[in-house]
Amino acid sequence: MSDLKALYQEVIIDHSKRPHNFRAMPDSNRTAQGYNPLCGDKVTLFVKLDGDRIADVSFQGSGCAISTASASLLTETVKGKTLAEVEAIFQGFHDLVTGKSATDGKGPALGKLAVFSGVSEFPVRVKCATLVWHTLRSALEGAEAVATTE
Amino acid sequence: MAVTPEIAKARPGTSPRPAFDVARVREDFPILKEKVHGKALVYFDNAATTQKPRQVIEAEQRFYLSLCSNVHRGVHWLSENATQAYEEARAKAQRFLNAAESREIIFVRGTTEAINLVAGTYGRQNVQAGDEVVISAMEHHSNIVPWQMLCAEKNARLRVAPINDRGELLFDEFEKLLGPRTKLVAVTHVSNVLGTINPVREIVEMAHRRKIPVLLDGAQAAAHLKVDVRELGCDFYTVSCHKLYGPTGIGLLYGKAKLLEAMPPYHGGGDMISSVSFEKTTYNVIPCKFEAGTPNIAGTFGLGAAIDYLDALGLENAAHHEHQLLAYATEALSRIPGLRIIGTAKEKASVISFVMDGLHPHDVGTVLDQDGIAVRTGHHCAQPLMDRFGVPATTRASLAFYNTFEEIDSLVNGLHKVREILG
Repeated sequence: MSDLKALYQEVIIDHSKRPHNFRAMPDSNRTAQGYNPLCGDKVTLFVKLDGDRIADVSFQGSGCAISTASASLLTETVKGKTLAEVEAIFQGFHDLVTGKSATDGKGPALGKLAVFSGVSEFPVRVKCATLVWHTLRSALEGAEAVATTE
Repeated sequence: MAVTPEIAKARPGTSPRPAFDVARVREDFPILKEKVHGKALVYFDNAATTQKPRQVIEAEQRFYLSLCSNVHRGVHWLSENATQAYEEARAKAQRFLNAAESREIIFVRGTTEAINLVAGTYGRQNVQAGDEVVISAMEHHSNIVPWQMLCAEKNARLRVAPINDRGELLFDEFEKLLGPRTKLVAVTHVSNVLGTINPVREIVEMAHRRKIPVLLDGAQAAAHLKVDVRELGCDFYTVSCHKLYGPTGIGLLYGKAKLLEAMPPYHGGGDMISSVSFEKTTYNVIPCKFEAGTPNIAGTFGLGAAIDYLDALGLENAAHHEHQLLAYATEALSRIPGLRIIGTAKEKASVISFVMDGLHPHDVGTVLDQDGIAVRTGHHCAQPLMDRFGVPATTRASLAFYNTFEEIDSLVNGLHKVREILG
């Protein structure tokens, strides 16, 4: 039960039920789709890139609580960040959810994303948490292909 | 685990047949004693694969411990005896499906390979440009994709018979799809998602009136129903033995001898030939024509043991217990607020798919897993069917004869906990 409480923290449940920045963005200049074939999570990410800074970001789609909350918190976290900062955050986030980070992930770099630390106890759910991040990466790379977790 | 009194009352009381001794049966399945996350394993993923009784595990082991050799090749004692056991397994499979002859049973890896075999041989030979193959809206990907591939190659058309909101085939609509261009009908006997038992005998009659052959996907059916291919009249029937309490990697393709004989081989290699020169190869007779290469011999030993096990248990007794579990689980799950069962056909096998308001099946599955409860979550290799019901995924509890009423109570309690944690 304690592992479950750590996984489904209140912040995650809140963001999954009332995701932030959950909308299409007609004037985005970068977009990508993400798909997790294992559980059917689908996400479309919209980015407005201004030089090397993310001016705005939003998403649409359907997925589990972890993937929806992850998308919602991603949009909050990366707005206003530079590409280099985003890449560093993704790295830190990835280490956090795969249990590789030496710290508890509550350092300033990850901020609210630290609520995903419980994911590392559930290896099959790592893909749910990282799907939207892979999707962001392919949006920023301007890749045409659909990002998948496979 | 506490049992609520309402639920306890819903349990079947006196039954006309002798009580099914589930405790005794569970003794045969070593894995059912395992703990998962410190809890007793509750295995409700039987439609994905069933657990194996000790008898099956030991039969596979027996091959490797004392009979390991190749079949149809050696004059030595081991090979002779392994070959005999291999062919005995085929004879058991023949009896199990009530095929007319044992050469009508082809050993394959499973239902997927069986369907690909038919698509790649019978299909390629008989389906031409402009022809049609008819399937249903409730097919598993393995009974969709091989036909799609065939149709793409031949410039033929795949037609899909619709279903109603209960998950039952619309028989009249199905019939309208059959025409002079229809070269094959391929439908599932039992849906892996909805549990629907299709009226396959009527479908075969309907197709045969137009001289259209029928393949029945029996992946889910064989473990729940007595299958009699001659009574059904089907032309092809496919079985995955791992869903039949047997080992993985072994399955059956039943085909009418006349059809099998007229079909070209599937894979080329050893054992499927009668003579080979660089100029010309003469193919072996059926079933060997379709069994190129060294087969899964150990798997056939396990399969034979699984059939023996089911014969001794009595598939009808097992099915009766499963039906009681299904009725009990359906009623108990229906009482959970916000839970909707997907697949409410009148004729159902013990498979229950459901969705819960505001909750994704993947989260439901994770919470249940912490209680040791194994359910399947996702699209169940039936994405078009998910689209039909407008859901991205479902949670599926598929029951087997070794499951108990207490385990269903655990599932119900687990689902209440899901709501508590996920809101």
